[in-house]
Amino acid sequence: MSRIFVKGNEAIARGAVDAGCRCYFGYPITPQNDIPEYLSRVLPVSGGEFIQAESEIAAANMLLGAGACGVRAMTSSSSPGISLKQEAISYMAGSDLPGVIVNISRGGPGLGDIGPSQGDYFQAVKGGGHGDYRQIVLAPGSVQEAYDLTFEAFDLAFEYRNPVMILGDAILGQMMEPIDTREPAGPDLQEAASWRLEGSGERSPRIIRSLRLAEGTLGRHNQDLQEKYIKARKEIRHEEFLTSDARLVVVAFGSIGRIVKSTVRKLRKEGHMVGLLRPITLFPFPAPALQDLARQGKRFMTIEHNMGQMVEDVRLSICGLAESGFYGHLPGNLPTPEDFEEPILKELTG
Amino acid sequence: MQEVLAYKSPDILADVPTHFCPGCHHGIVHKMLASGLEDAGLAQKSICVAAIGCGAFIYNYVLVDTLEAPHGRAPAVATGVKRSSPDSLVLVYQGDGDLASIGLAEIMHAANRGEKITVVYVNNTVYGMTGGQMAPTTMLGQKTTTTPLGRQSGSDGYPMQMTEIMSRLQGVSFAARVAVNNIKNLKKAQKALRRAFEVQEQGLGFGFVEFLAACPTNWRMNALDANARVDNEMIPCFPLGIHKDVAGEAQ
Repeated sequence: MSRIFVKGNEAIARGAVDAGCRCYFGYPITPQNDIPEYLSRVLPVSGGEFIQAESEIAAANMLLGAGACGVRAMTSSSSPGISLKQEAISYMAGSDLPGVIVNISRGGPGLGDIGPSQGDYFQAVKGGGHGDYRQIVLAPGSVQEAYDLTFEAFDLAFEYRNPVMILGDAILGQMMEPIDTREPAGPDLQEAASWRLEGSGERSPRIIRSLRLAEGTLGRHNQDLQEKYIKARKEIRHEEFLTSDARLVVVAFGSIGRIVKSTVRKLRKEGHMVGLLRPITLFPFPAPALQDLARQGKRFMTIEHNMGQMVEDVRLSICGLAESGFYGHLPGNLPTPEDFEEPILKELTG
Repeated sequence: MQEVLAYKSPDILADVPTHFCPGCHHGIVHKMLASGLEDAGLAQKSICVAAIGCGAFIYNYVLVDTLEAPHGRAPAVATGVKRSSPDSLVLVYQGDGDLASIGLAEIMHAANRGEKITVVYVNNTVYGMTGGQMAPTTMLGQKTTTTPLGRQSGSDGYPMQMTEIMSRLQGVSFAARVAVNNIKNLKKAQKALRRAFEVQEQGLGFGFVEFLAACPTNWRMNALDANARVDNEMIPCFPLGIHKDVAGEAQ
């Protein structure tokens, strides 16, 4: 549609509007404030709703309410605020409700700092709230991808009737890049027609709930959820860079994947046979691609902006086929491509 | 002989055995809601947000589109519902532990924003479903399973008077406290509820109706004694009446 120069946060906000998001609920927290600020200007004048909620908890529960009405809606926050949203996310997963949650994550645990970190990988990918559920997790590595994946997050949330999280970080949120926007999508009034609440009218009333007390019903629902997660494997996305002839494949996601790509490019020029696999969906995880590479005899190394979270999924994926080394960059400062050169070379020659 | 219809149960009130204890007032409030919605022609456009506690099962009795909210969050959930579906009548059904304790932030701010929803608040002074623990509304001296010697203001604070608090918020258009322990109170309650629905239908703002309710099981009383307690102890602590009706006052 048009080419614009924006911050990652604004790209997400624009992506949401263009994808037909009609309601946004949020609460101020750094480093994601550009998202609510943008949407507070844009949504109300285009027939949508913007609410600065009293808390992260309330914002997530407003998302639950909007989702039950079949309306495309979003909330965003950063790590400590995302912890507060977990209650509603669990209820949404338990009630088969769609909704998009953006985490522009920062350093933790606790209040941590406001700099970038990937310390929320486990929280995003393994559940976060109570109960045996998953959310679909998308990890953009560029501002363009932040825009595109926001678009797709809404489609996935409604297709699977499940919460979808966009997991970015302070680097992505605050970085400016040119992006191409898409033709805005009008809200599809039919996508939720078979289940949304709108008043019963002439049909029989609908109940949306997560409470399942009748004998066998909770077990069946948990089974249905697992089948949904297996079905979602067809949504697996990843990027491979120079993997075909690589001896060592580095696995890294999000902004770190982007930074590692620069490192790989430089090391290649120096003749080192390294490549990159960047998972774009963190759940479902690109295990098949990793297994293919492992069967080709590749060696692996996982790099994260934490002390080792995704590496567990990498190791599980290639278990019995290959091993993965690990290098963790501590939170509190911004990694550069040079920071990863020595660890990668050490892994390559070790 | 000509048959005269003397009584008809509301169509949207499910004809099923109740799970509520003998003497519990939830069933009376449910029926009042069902007839109130039906008589006003609102049932088919209603979305009810159910909360956590004994009232959570309202969807088994009042047959309208219903959504379950996490504990205390019903006013936030209802905010999302009303903003997404502005033509629906949005009804919230919460107990006192849910609304006045864990959900205090959500009720205060939904009210303060003047959300065009109707909150039905059932206050029986205890956590009923979990076995009768102290609630924020437990009266001074009242014995519960967690105030075995009776609620003491020095350590446990005071009963929260939510209708009075709501009345002070500018976003609130209608706030009333009613009881259903006798026919006279029941009639007034019906009227207040009808008015609360009107306030929402006319887009005037936030409506709040507090029902004083008996919980004979957790009060360790029979139904008659529990009804009497509403008169003798609850009403003096939680005064009945229309506490605020902005549009009504203006008329």
